[in-house]
Amino acid sequence: MPDTQIDTRPLKAEVKNFSFFYGSFQAVKNVSAPFREKAVTAIIGPSGCGKTTLLRCFNRMHDLYPGNRYAGEMILHSRSPDGSVRPLNIVHPSTSPIEMRMRISMVFQKPNPFPKSIFENVAYGLRLRGVGSRSELSGRVETALRGAALWDEVKDRLPQNAYGLSGGQQQRLCIARALAVEPEMVLFDEPTSALDPIATSKIEELIDDLRERVTILIVTHNMQQAARVSDYTAFMYLGELVEYDRTAKVFQNPGKPLTEQYISGRFG
Amino acid sequence: MTQAAISPKELSVQAATRLRPIERTIEFGLLLAAIFSVFITAGIVYVLFSEAVPFFRHPDVSVWKFLTDTEWTPLFSVKHFGIMPLVVGTLWTTVIALLVAMPVGTIIAIWLSEFANAKVREIIKPVLELLSAVPTVVYGYFAITVVAPAMQPVYTWLAEAINSVLATVAPGASPIATELPLFNMLSAGIVMGIMIVPYVSSLSEDAMRSVPMLLREGSYGMGANRLTTAVRVVFPAALSGIAASYILAISRAVGETMIVAIAAGQQPNLTANPAEGGATITAYIVQVSMGDLPHGSLEYQTIFAAGITLFFMTLAFNLMGAWLRKRYRQAY
Repeated sequence: MPDTQIDTRPLKAEVKNFSFFYGSFQAVKNVSAPFREKAVTAIIGPSGCGKTTLLRCFNRMHDLYPGNRYAGEMILHSRSPDGSVRPLNIVHPSTSPIEMRMRISMVFQKPNPFPKSIFENVAYGLRLRGVGSRSELSGRVETALRGAALWDEVKDRLPQNAYGLSGGQQQRLCIARALAVEPEMVLFDEPTSALDPIATSKIEELIDDLRERVTILIVTHNMQQAARVSDYTAFMYLGELVEYDRTAKVFQNPGKPLTEQYISGRFG
Repeated sequence: MTQAAISPKELSVQAATRLRPIERTIEFGLLLAAIFSVFITAGIVYVLFSEAVPFFRHPDVSVWKFLTDTEWTPLFSVKHFGIMPLVVGTLWTTVIALLVAMPVGTIIAIWLSEFANAKVREIIKPVLELLSAVPTVVYGYFAITVVAPAMQPVYTWLAEAINSVLATVAPGASPIATELPLFNMLSAGIVMGIMIVPYVSSLSEDAMRSVPMLLREGSYGMGANRLTTAVRVVFPAALSGIAASYILAISRAVGETMIVAIAAGQQPNLTANPAEGGATITAYIVQVSMGDLPHGSLEYQTIFAAGITLFFMTLAFNLMGAWLRKRYRQAY
């Protein structure tokens, strides 16, 4: 799994002096970090450290609620179909939140399939992007379900309601839904916190497979999970980024005493 | 065999688990309250049947004729006992009311739940609910003094258009009237629809607002806008509650009396044209019960025969509603 070449990969996203405010409360404080292409970056830290808040800035989820404010820069190095790379400030007021959500998919803490068939759940994002032809939809739905390691389990019941699936299957369906639109990044917000250990290990295997195809950012409470799936780890505490490094480095030889204390379970 | 000694600890557990007399009394009181409503319902059903059965036993009446005769003239010298004109009158006014209330109520609910900010919602919702607090007598007069006259030019234009189409498609057919009578089922139905809009909007809005935010975030997260999220995710997720509101609206429309008694005219009329006058089951009941029919006469018993028809209609709608709620219940 460790890849020595990974540090030379191009940047997919970076945050620079980035802050986020819920009204007057500053939940993310002046964070700067790079996120490399096709790498898995884990954000860890105790509850309330701002890790989920930071993650939800990437697809402008905070815009759904009033009174939130971004400061600083959050850049997505967006690749056009012709191969050229264009930096895009995700949180700039002129950037459309809908465009960012089209480019960056999200998988949530609890499985949240829509009250539709399995097929229509995966096709949802494709339909939003104007894909209408039945054959193209079927092809891309199948690819996405295969990508989420769910195809064999659901191929015979695509027209059935998604709520008939188990929790772990529902979460993989949500991953398929997120992958179907071929996003530039996928955000995982504690994707296994509502799942049992077997379903959790399936999701982790899946994330391991996905790293070759897409840039992944994962927030997790589970430090073993961060150690298992990620290439880079960011440790946050009280809204600040305490340490950011290769995962192996953070877990085996942390640079800051605070990180060492958190990882060894002395608080959090 | 003598009982083993009970330790003090066990004693206190026994005391705590034993229902004390006061709790038994409360429990019995609650049971009585619950049974009371069941008895009331059973009593109503009993009265309905006890008066309706002699009606169907009468030599001039049969269940078959009751269901198939096309005329309802129990108060005339030549008596016909066909319930269909009343059923059709009820269905027409109900359908028209629903055609108004369902789309308007649903759109208002979507707007209130997904688009309006909290402040606006707090003002609009109670104001809307006032609509259902207006006495239905007022609605009845609103139908004949405002809606029916206002519909006149629209109807005339529409009827002439239909007649010209009719003349080319089927030259032999007799043209429909181009004049809208003052008392007609159309305006009664429209006004009834306005009255039940808040039933639909209020309940549907509650159902949509109880859809978890997580589901909306999932939709927004895929790049959907508000309208798409509302229509394609929130609406289907709330469908069970929305269907319940529709069923309530149907029951309300079927059972509504005053508006139709005032505004639809009171002539039973088996017709395919809702712009004519007609009578509903409820309107017939209120009309007859206000007269001075001798208790126990056949004419008096027609009220109960009509009532039992209404009872079965609403029962059918309620069962359908229960089924729909079950069918579309979502476990988020």
